[in-house]
Amino acid sequence: MRIKAFAAAAAGAMLFSSVAMADTTIHILHLQTDPAIIQLWSQIGHDYEAANPGVKIDWQFLENEALKAKIPTLLQSDDRPNLFHSWGGGVMRDQIKSGFIGDITADSAALEKELSPGAASAFVVDGKVIGAPFDVSEVSFFYNKALFAKAGVKADDIKTWDDFLGAIKKLKAAGITPIVVGAADKWPMHFYWSYLVMRIGGGDILSDARAGKDGGFKGPAFVEAGKRLKELADLQPFQEGYLGTKWDPSAGLWGDGKGAIQLMGNWFLGNQAVQAADKKGQPLDNIGIFSFPSVPGGKGKLTDTLGGLDGFLVSKGAPKETASFLTFFSQAKYQRVAAEKNLYIPAALDTGDSIGNPVLKEIADKIAHSTKHQLFFDQDLGSSVGGVVNDVSVAIAAGQMSPEDGAAAVQKAWDEK
Amino acid sequence: MANGIGLIGRAGPQGRGALLTALIMLPPALAVFTLFVVLPIGEAAWYSVFNWDGFGIPTRFLGLTNYISVLGNTTFTSAVIHNFLIIGVSLALQLPLALGMALLLSRNRIGTVTFRLIFFMPYILADVAAGLIWRFVFDGDYGLVSGISKLLGGGPVYLLADPHLAFSAVLVVVVWKYFGFYMMLYIAGMQSIDRGLYEAAEIDGASALQRFRHITIPQLGPMIRLSIFFSIVGSLQFFDMIVPLTGGGPLNSTHTMVSFLYYFGITRMRVGFGSAIGVILFVVCVTFAFGYRRLFMRHD
Repeated sequence: MRIKAFAAAAAGAMLFSSVAMADTTIHILHLQTDPAIIQLWSQIGHDYEAANPGVKIDWQFLENEALKAKIPTLLQSDDRPNLFHSWGGGVMRDQIKSGFIGDITADSAALEKELSPGAASAFVVDGKVIGAPFDVSEVSFFYNKALFAKAGVKADDIKTWDDFLGAIKKLKAAGITPIVVGAADKWPMHFYWSYLVMRIGGGDILSDARAGKDGGFKGPAFVEAGKRLKELADLQPFQEGYLGTKWDPSAGLWGDGKGAIQLMGNWFLGNQAVQAADKKGQPLDNIGIFSFPSVPGGKGKLTDTLGGLDGFLVSKGAPKETASFLTFFSQAKYQRVAAEKNLYIPAALDTGDSIGNPVLKEIADKIAHSTKHQLFFDQDLGSSVGGVVNDVSVAIAAGQMSPEDGAAAVQKAWDEK
Repeated sequence: MANGIGLIGRAGPQGRGALLTALIMLPPALAVFTLFVVLPIGEAAWYSVFNWDGFGIPTRFLGLTNYISVLGNTTFTSAVIHNFLIIGVSLALQLPLALGMALLLSRNRIGTVTFRLIFFMPYILADVAAGLIWRFVFDGDYGLVSGISKLLGGGPVYLLADPHLAFSAVLVVVVWKYFGFYMMLYIAGMQSIDRGLYEAAEIDGASALQRFRHITIPQLGPMIRLSIFFSIVGSLQFFDMIVPLTGGGPLNSTHTMVSFLYYFGITRMRVGFGSAIGVILFVVCVTFAFGYRRLFMRHD
């Protein structure tokens, strides 16, 4: 038996070694778990291999949290991946500082033609092209149309913070849990604080605070955001036990119709179905979205969006073919498939009209017309400060920390960075 | 006679032989120990005086600032308190419970093997799996605890969402998970006690309590001292179950020292800060381990 197994292994090794004899291999580290995305991407890889003999595409998977934890060590090792998942922002800036990020500016002309300029600019730092985005996302209020109708609330009428608080009161009066939030994971709560900061302080508030303008993170916009968040939390709008609810179950609760609103990124559409008890969740025609309301006296616009962007960063020493693969990968003909199947909102040009899901299409339009697309605060500020922002958001909502102390804690984390 | 390293230094052919043995046998063990124990500890101590995010070489020297911010962090102080609570519950509840169960189950009667297995089962279960299972049990919407409360006419109970109650829930799981292990230790200890002692005591008219007090406890002494040692060291390093059970939440109210290290040091890429926690933990554990062994386990 053992000899047989050994023979099989040897044969297998020989088989693989013939593959490894390809002149170049591009190693890509990703974190996708959706089989449909993986299938699409490996198809793109195979097509590229067929079109470029001698180049092999090697997809490697690491789970979200594991990837975040492992990237620093991986990047500094000799077998760093040539391309790896990135959310841009502060974490990316730290990686650039380490000196292990590549530069594909010289080969990026064709790539730039494929991508929406706004999204592509996230991966251009100091004039150097260091990667390419593949999707964009936005955080919106998702609401259950039937529950809104039952409580007599019209989403179109929610334009200001007071409208929003009024809607919450009406929902509560109708015996409906107004908001479902996965506060155990903290980041879902930080969306509230972030949007409030943006609506109060304006689209450039984060870069201003970074530069230390107007009191930095201790400034009035950040304190005011905390007060508004507390004002909302004082209405007790969240589901019972929200501090112990992780994000996945919270999406499930919403999918089960146990709450009217959730503030979340567009990936919520898929997850509310997967996590629901019946695995179907709310049907599309019962799901509506509305923008985060404006705050009286605030500088932000209703069309400023908070969201994310995912892409691949090139690491130092990546083979020359990496840029050409990114261009191949970003082609509209492939990214349109992702749009049609509602896998994500592609960052590639000429794909928007392919989005089949009407809610997703609405979000894509909002992003396209965004006056300022702000990256998630916890990503933009880097993991150490971002972690504190998440802590602070939950602590303020739970009444454990004052808005002033919360803002000061973020500033302290920023100073210590 | 000449079979120990203790003879090194004494002149004579046998001493030289021992020296040779040491020279041959020592390097591999010493190398492994240095490589995997001494060096990482030294590295952690080195990182702990820098502000470092894990990229490149640490350059921003901070001195003891990391230690000061760890010790001044209220979440860390509460984490230390939690570690001591776990120690307290382990010593006051878990070990006596294990001893009681061991007394009941040490003799081979019908059913004892089955019960031993049942009580030992939680210990075999992976910590992460146990944490996930108990997260479901404590879930306010779908969990068993809430279900029982509703059955009795009460409302749903959100144990893991209440910063004041969540850690009690963790303690319950700790006792449930590990008492079976100590029970097994005690049973093994009891079974090696000479039956003759009990027979002699019975003939002399000793009561069951007297036999327990004057035979079982003293004979079990080494085992009890060992179990206290394991229990305290385990409590100080308690981590695995916190992650799936509470993730340190709600509102960072259920951290232990190690989960604090993980969430505030590693996931936030504050390697210097995390290393400082690691060094503090290391000092605490080593001090305890050597102190305890010197004081209580000298003769075991």
